[in-house]
Amino acid sequence: MTEKPTMIEFRDVQKYYGDYHALRGINASIRAGEFFSLLGPSGCGKTTLLRTIAGFEDISSGTVLIDGKDAAQIPANKRPTNMVFQSYAIFPHLTVEENVGFGLRRAALPKDELGRRVGDALAMVGLTGFGKRAAHALSGGQRQRVALARALILKPKVLLLDEPLSALDKKMREQMQMELIKLQRQVGITFVLVTHDQEEALVMSDRIAVMFEGQIAQLDDPETLYRRPKTRQVADFIGTMNFLPAKVLSEVPGGCEVEVAGLGRCQIAADQAPSGRSDQDTTVGFRPETLTILYDGQAATARETPGTVEEVVYYGDMTYYDVKLDGVSSPVRLAMRNVPGRPVLDIGTRARVAWSPDALVLFR
Amino acid sequence: MRGGWFKVYALAYLLFLYAPIILLPLFAFNDATVIAFPLSGFSTKWFAALADDPPLHLAVKNSLIIAVTTAILSTALAVFAARASTRYRFPGKAGLMGLIMLPLVLPEIIVAVSLLSVLLMIGVKLSIFTVILGHVLVCTPFCIAILSSAFQSLDRSLEEAAYDLGETSFSTFRLIILPLVMPGIISSLLISFTISLDEFIIAFFLAGTETTLPVYIFSQFRFPKAVPVIMALGTILVCLSIVLLSIAEFFRRRGLARSGAKDTGGFL
Repeated sequence: MTEKPTMIEFRDVQKYYGDYHALRGINASIRAGEFFSLLGPSGCGKTTLLRTIAGFEDISSGTVLIDGKDAAQIPANKRPTNMVFQSYAIFPHLTVEENVGFGLRRAALPKDELGRRVGDALAMVGLTGFGKRAAHALSGGQRQRVALARALILKPKVLLLDEPLSALDKKMREQMQMELIKLQRQVGITFVLVTHDQEEALVMSDRIAVMFEGQIAQLDDPETLYRRPKTRQVADFIGTMNFLPAKVLSEVPGGCEVEVAGLGRCQIAADQAPSGRSDQDTTVGFRPETLTILYDGQAATARETPGTVEEVVYYGDMTYYDVKLDGVSSPVRLAMRNVPGRPVLDIGTRARVAWSPDALVLFR
Repeated sequence: MRGGWFKVYALAYLLFLYAPIILLPLFAFNDATVIAFPLSGFSTKWFAALADDPPLHLAVKNSLIIAVTTAILSTALAVFAARASTRYRFPGKAGLMGLIMLPLVLPEIIVAVSLLSVLLMIGVKLSIFTVILGHVLVCTPFCIAILSSAFQSLDRSLEEAAYDLGETSFSTFRLIILPLVMPGIISSLLISFTISLDEFIIAFFLAGTETTLPVYIFSQFRFPKAVPVIMALGTILVCLSIVLLSIAEFFRRRGLARSGAKDTGGFL
């Protein structure tokens, strides 16, 4: 894949609200045509960062470049960006048609041309025939679509989405996620999404910037972010991560030799130990699905540890077990797919847990 | 009977509140000059007398000029104040808003007396213009109270959305904010119109040789034979206010229906 050109670039962006330091030196670039997400807990500055792109928020220092131009010189109503607001911000006194065509008012198009473009935009979001409806009579999902059509009709270079799905119920949200992905591929516009929902970010994004307290903690594609989180904070925020205390015994070529509590000794490759400090006492993390319970009759493997089932949570397709490994005080969570031949275990069952050094991440 | 006494109380309360108003048309259509039962016969002569009363016509004209001007001026001023106070943060805002809202709780007689002495001191001739000044002063706080709630309920991202879609801040105000706060503006116009129309103290002090409707009515009560005419005038005013209130409520409900907002109860 060839490297795409940069669409948005943050250079040491700082933002203060009085004494409060909301953005603490943001450096990142967003590529043209990618689906980019800003992910983090509430108050981490992700919405503020999005609003600096839109022009609703001035920055205290640093530079924001949009398509190579310094954004500070361009007022919000002249930027090649359009926004979908968290509250949708549908104009309640206008019809669907008038809402969608609002941005074209300035262009003073002939009536049939305007009608055609509004019709195209409505068709794109699956709302053909809704044009004459009053905007306030729409459901949440339909408002969402009107907001999308309204923002996309100006063919912006960047579409900004501020938690657009947070007000929808789970089914609707999942459906809209898929539609947004398809829409983004179809129009090829750069999408920048703000969300606090890690699953949503993983599902939709090409790349994700995880933010904590006004800083980007890690910027990677979803798979790297999930499999190789750089800090415990990132690992904890995205999905479920088990942590066990570990001791670095020695550095070996291409990695290090580690003694993990409950699991034993193994070698961890350098790319599984992202941060650079070399403390002796440290932590390893691993995802629930990288552990497997071995049932009676299954062959012994090289890496297995005995433990006791402490908690069973049945999800239909999956069962989550909390297993207390021998020699470790707190239980680890593991996830097993429910397939024939794998009965759900009872609490108190002794089990053999198989694991793999490849799935471990060392946090130093 | 559960809560029996409360029902009696409520009934007595309503009677006390509205019986005098019901008496108004009763005596307005009564034949006799004396306001007393029994009624002596049906007549419309008091209404006819209204039509033939030039000083009254002048008072009504003055009052209408004052009320309309006051309504427009105080609502216009209040739009700015309400918008600024709900949208922006600036130093001294609380103190400033407090000063603007002060006439709401200040006794009107104090406002009237102090205005009168200041106007006389700087040598402004008393006229309906000075009454308008006084009325704008007391009406503006009411208008701000009404309009603040209208501006407060406005989602700020609506403005941002319009701006984001290429509008200027002025056209955003015209296309988005104004239509959405219009029910509030109409309420504000009607309320300040009504307050100004029946305001007595300030008008009495500041009108000079001019006279307004309440001042005229008060002066007529000295003559017993004019009382039935006042009753007829009162009847017309009651009908007029019912019509005005109905119009206000109609606009309020239509505004709500248009924007799909929840009805939180209006005047009626």
